[in-house]
Formats: sequence, C-alpha cells, structure tokens
Amino acid sequence: MAKATFEVPELTQYTEVPPVTPNAMAHSAPFKSKEDFQIPLGFPGELVDDWQAKAIDKMGELLGNYRSLRVYLDSCVKCGSCTDKCHYYLGTKDPKNMPVARQDLMRKVYRRYFTLAGRFFPKLVGAEDFTKEVLDDWYSYFHQCSQCRRCSVFCPYGIDTAEISMAAREIMDSIGVGQKYCNEIIGKVYKIGNNLGLPGPALIDTLEGLEEDVYDDTGVKVRYPIDEVGAEILLVTPSADFFAEPHVDGLIGYGKVFHEAGVSWTLSSHASEAANFGMFIGSYANMHRIAQRIREAAIQLKVKRIVFGECGHAWRVAYSFLNTLAGPWDFLDPRYPVPQHICEFTYDLIQEGKLTFDKTENDDKVLTYHDSCNVARASRMGNTPGGQFEIPRAIIRATCNHFHDMDEDTIRDRTFCCGGGGGLLTDDLMELRVKGAKPRLDALNNVIQEKGVTHMAAICAICKSQFTKVLPYYGMEMDQIVSLHQLVSNAIVLTPGPDDEEDDDEPDDDLDSEEEETDEAA
Amino acid sequence: MAFLTNFYAFLFYFAAFVILAGLTRKIVQYARTPAPLKIPTTPAPTTRSGVVFRMMREVVLFESLFRGNKWTWIFGWMFHFGLLLVTLRHLRYFMEPVWFPIQLVQPFGIYGGLAMIVGLAGLWARRFLVDRVKYITSTSDHLILGLLVLIGCTGLLMKFVFHVDVVEVKSFFLGLYSFEIEPLPADPLLMLHLFLVALLMIIFPYSKLLHAPGLFFSPTRNQVDNPREQRHIAPWARKLEQ
Repeated sequence: MAKATFEVPELTQYTEVPPVTPNAMAHSAPFKSKEDFQIPLGFPGELVDDWQAKAIDKMGELLGNYRSLRVYLDSCVKCGSCTDKCHYYLGTKDPKNMPVARQDLMRKVYRRYFTLAGRFFPKLVGAEDFTKEVLDDWYSYFHQCSQCRRCSVFCPYGIDTAEISMAAREIMDSIGVGQKYCNEIIGKVYKIGNNLGLPGPALIDTLEGLEEDVYDDTGVKVRYPIDEVGAEILLVTPSADFFAEPHVDGLIGYGKVFHEAGVSWTLSSHASEAANFGMFIGSYANMHRIAQRIREAAIQLKVKRIVFGECGHAWRVAYSFLNTLAGPWDFLDPRYPVPQHICEFTYDLIQEGKLTFDKTENDDKVLTYHDSCNVARASRMGNTPGGQFEIPRAIIRATCNHFHDMDEDTIRDRTFCCGGGGGLLTDDLMELRVKGAKPRLDALNNVIQEKGVTHMAAICAICKSQFTKVLPYYGMEMDQIVSLHQLVSNAIVLTPGPDDEEDDDEPDDDLDSEEEETDEAA
Repeated sequence: MAFLTNFYAFLFYFAAFVILAGLTRKIVQYARTPAPLKIPTTPAPTTRSGVVFRMMREVVLFESLFRGNKWTWIFGWMFHFGLLLVTLRHLRYFMEPVWFPIQLVQPFGIYGGLAMIVGLAGLWARRFLVDRVKYITSTSDHLILGLLVLIGCTGLLMKFVFHVDVVEVKSFFLGLYSFEIEPLPADPLLMLHLFLVALLMIIFPYSKLLHAPGLFFSPTRNQVDNPREQRHIAPWARKLEQ
C-alpha cells in the first residue's frame, strides 16, 4: 500500500465541522487532458486563443439550455445551510469546498458578464472578471466536487452544485481545458466499448473463466453469455464488474440470479459499459452518444428487457436519463420498466418466493450498507419513492443474518459520497479521495466499534473501487467493501440443471467458505 | 412639500414598474429555459399533486432548510412569516374599503414586525459569528439585511413612538391608482421608510431576492419522478436525434 504523502485525517466518532482553513486544497488538481483525448470528444486540444470570450459565450449558451443553471446562479441567498454538508469540506477544511463557495466561483463570473448589478457594481455583489487565476481555481475546485448532490438536499431552493460543476467542466472542455481521467475514458468507450478498454475477445475469455469458476464452486452450470441474439434480457453493467474485486463477485451473483429466474440473458460487447462519464463532464452530446450504444445493442440483440448492474451514476443516467437520451423504448416488453436495476430484479424474485437462500453462508460477516449518492438522491428503485433505500436493504436482510445501519444522518438521502465519485476516481487526486472519504468512514468506524460490523456492502462500481483503495489509509482492510450481489451469490441455493452433478454441490460449498475465511485472515 | 410628494409619487411609479417588469422578465426567462433532464432530488413525488405538496412544504415551512440548519431555519422562518404578516397589515393602505381578512390581521401585523426584526438580527449575527457563513458573505448581503432592518425599525418607530398621519398616507397611495397626487405627510421617518421600501422594490429583480420566484422553477424540487414512464426531452436536445 502506498504511503501517504499528506496527512490522513483521524477518524472521529461523529464527523465534526472543521474551522475554515483557506487554500487548504488549492494545490489539488487532476492531470489535464491532452489533444489525443480531447479531439475524439469534440473539444479543442489545448487552451484556445481568445478563451475568455469563448468561455463567456459558452456560459451564455448553457444558461439558455439549462434552467437549473440559470435559476441556481440567481437564487442563492448565502444562507449557509449547505456549508457543512459537503464531504470534501468536512474532510479538507478548505472553504472553497463548501458548496456555496464552489458555486460562487462560477456565480461571480456569471454576475460580472450576465447581470446588471455585476456589470455596474462588481465589488458590491462579489462579481469578478474571468481571469486566468479564476480559470485555475475553476479547474482545481470543480474537480473537487463529486456531484453527489448532498448539498441540494439541504438547500431551501434545491440548488444543486452538481449542475454547476457539470456546467463548469463543459465550459472548460469547450475552451480546451479538459480532465485527462474522464476524457480518456470516454474515448475508450467510443473506440472499444467500455471504460477499461477491454476488447470483445477478452470479455468472452473472462466470462468463460467465470462459468468454470462457478461450476467448480457449486457444481451447477451457470451461464455468463455475451452477444447472444434473441436473449430476453440485456444486462448492462460497469466494466469493472468483469474483473475487479469485489465487483466481479457481484457479476457472478447477477448470473446466479438469472439462472434461478430461468430467463435468458446476455451481455453485449458493443454496450459493455454501464458507466456514462459524459454526465461527469456535463456534456449532453457525449452522454447522448454513449447512451446510444445501449439502444444499438438492444436492437441488434433483439432483447425484450434491459437490466443494469450495480453502478451508482450509471443508474442515475439509466433511471433518470436513458429514456431521454436513447428512448423511446417502445420496441421492448411494455410489462417491465426500462431500464430495471438488478436489485429490482432480484427483489421481485424474492417477493415471488422464487429464490432460496442459505443465510448462514454470510454468517462470517456483519454487514452495513452504503447508500451510493447517485442511487440515493438522483434515482429510484421500485414503485414508491425511497425504494432505492429499502430494496437493497431488503436484499441484504434476505441473504444475511447480521445487518446494522450506520448513523441515520449519514445514510439514505443524507448519505455521504465515498469520496471518489463524479470523475475523481483517479490516482492523481488521491489526497482528495482519502480526505473526502472521512465522513463516510467516521460513520463506518462507528458501527465497526459499536456493532461489530465487519463489511460494508455497496451497489456502485466507483464506491467499491474507491473504498478498496482508501480503506487501508484509515487502517481498515480493502476487502471490507463487498458487492451487494456478492452476498446474494454467497447465499443463493442454486437449482442444478439436468447435466449438473448434484453430489458435487455440498462438499464444494464447504470448501468455498473455508477458502474465504483463509482469504480474510491473510 | 409639493416637490417631495411629487418625488415620492414618481419614485413609487418607477419602483412598481421596475419590480413588475423585472420580475416578469425573469419569470418568462425561467419559464422559457428548458430543463433538458430529469433531476429531482430523490426521494421525489411520483405525481403532479405530490410535487405541489412538496413545493408547498418548501414555500410555507422551508422544509429543506429545516433539515439543513435549525438556527437559520428559526430566524429565516420568523423573518419571512413576520414579513408576510406585515405585508398583509399594510394592504389596508392600498384598498378602500379594507377587506375583512385584512382587518382581522391588523394586530398580528404588529407582532409580525417584531418577529421580522428578531429574525433579521439572528440572520445577520450568523454572518459575523459563524466562520463558514462569514466566509461566504459579501457586501451586498450585509446591505440587503441593513435595508430590511431599517425598513422594519422605521416602521415600528412610527407605530410605537412617532406617530404619522396614516390617513394621509393612505390617500396618497390610493391617489396613485388614478394618477391623482395627494399630499404626503412631511415626516422624516415616513420619508425614510418609504424611500427604503421603494429601493427594495427596485433591487428585487436584480439581486438574490430572485430566490422568491427562483424556488418555483427549481428542477430539483418541482419535477415529477417519472422518467421511466414518461419520456422527457427538451427541444434543443431533440435536434441531436436527427
């Protein structure tokens, strides 16, 4: 584990609001994108001449395209309700990480160029010219926002800083100042089909390997099909699910659930990515282009339903935006919502009594559940508001004997971001990621101490990767973060098919749990 | 005296024009700007009537602020509710005969005035005492608070200490409806009070006071959570579909 080159905050029983410490994170900025990564997305390769005028033009265009931006830049009264809500402020103490101060970085430019008061009395209303210094501040601090929307929950006008940081990134991209991590990844989706750049043959190989592993473990032939025309369900899942830990254990779980449901399903090599980083950079055009791949795959594979795997922002784009970006879905089976979340799918089967679980398989764990920000505050599951909180918890309760929630102030719609969302899951922002995880980990540490919790389940690829990396900085183990469908996978009792050897089932199961215990001890 | 009366008559015509035209312009601008994506802060209502109920809780009770910060909520709600009562009480200057509900509200308007001042004082104190709020406060935030406090204090002084001929004040304002300029009492406190109110009306559409119409147009609060059931698309986004 890499040694930290910065001071890792100490966990406290409850997250305390730190005193304002100006410029504490002014040095933090992600690597800038290069021409090779900018051009395929339709952005200039480097800072354009006349960038100031072009940025203001772009801002004007966005103000005309997004009511949210227009209303939010006008409406803030600086009441301060959001000031102690951002995990990055709580973790870094930098006042520009208070949501209102982050917004003000754009608001001061908006006031200067687009309002009467700012044009005539800039000093009075805090309006400022768009200078190089301001641009640098934008680049630094609009990449210290994970677009988790926690601030918008507490704002009396619902001002959503995510909308503002997305607009800021779009404006910066339009003048050639892009972020390497997001833009390079989007390029990979266009070129290869997924964020990780895994080509079709590699995926096929991985999935065959999974089938063998599951058969070895359980003695049951569970299929992990890809590009199968005519399957009923298209599964779109984050590409990290194909090999990263603990993500892949979730994918194994989805396959087992489909197996028990008895439905045919397939992945797609064309749409082998649920993530849509177009949202992080605020680019409607790129988000649209990425989402279209899912429509193309659904048509090509002649599926009837679309189900999404565990991924937070992907579920936001899927649930809230997919109908807008890639609909209408009139060619799919109208009896099911489009798209569905894998948790909705599993939960429905549990409700219908179609899944059998042996909860003792998870008895080596005491669980808590991390509500991923985009699922919690920007989407829904099921038919009633709040289903996004209840359904995953119901699945955990159905598959595990030991479950405790974290502090009420840090879960459900008040959940803290993992610290790595919004396109910040990159090593060049490690300090920010570690500090930003503090509020979440304070609450986790609390249930570890008080309730003996050993593992935290999540349904977001970014959360899983972030915690895997960040937990060791705080003296925790990287495998304390688990996929929700990993729990399902452990506990589900599989029905053998006609060519499965039933006898092999029992001893293999035992072997499996023993192996896991040794893994944890190591 | 005639000069002052004429000046105030002109001032209030101007202020009324600015606040009406300015707010209309802003509201039309908000209404015309599309919201291309579904972004309600969830859990969100799944029906129109649910959204109306959510908005009512925001407008009347400041629900989100209540969840966010109890002190700001107490002072903010006191101020706004006080301001509402005061405004209702003042309607008697603008109608003849005075509606029965406005007659009923008269005594409460006085308490409203006091609540308003206490609320404002609390909000202003936060701008000095809480380091985070101090950091985000700009000069205009102090000035708007000062303006409101002065309006409230001059009003209360006229009620409790230096009485003004309110009958003349009323005939002045009623006269403005029919462009008949009636004399205004030459009371310095009244002059100041009215001047500041006119100033408040003028800055309304050009300042953060736009939060009042803004709230109703906030997509995170006013959108129905039904993106899977109903396709939502902005005209400019449709062009991308060719």
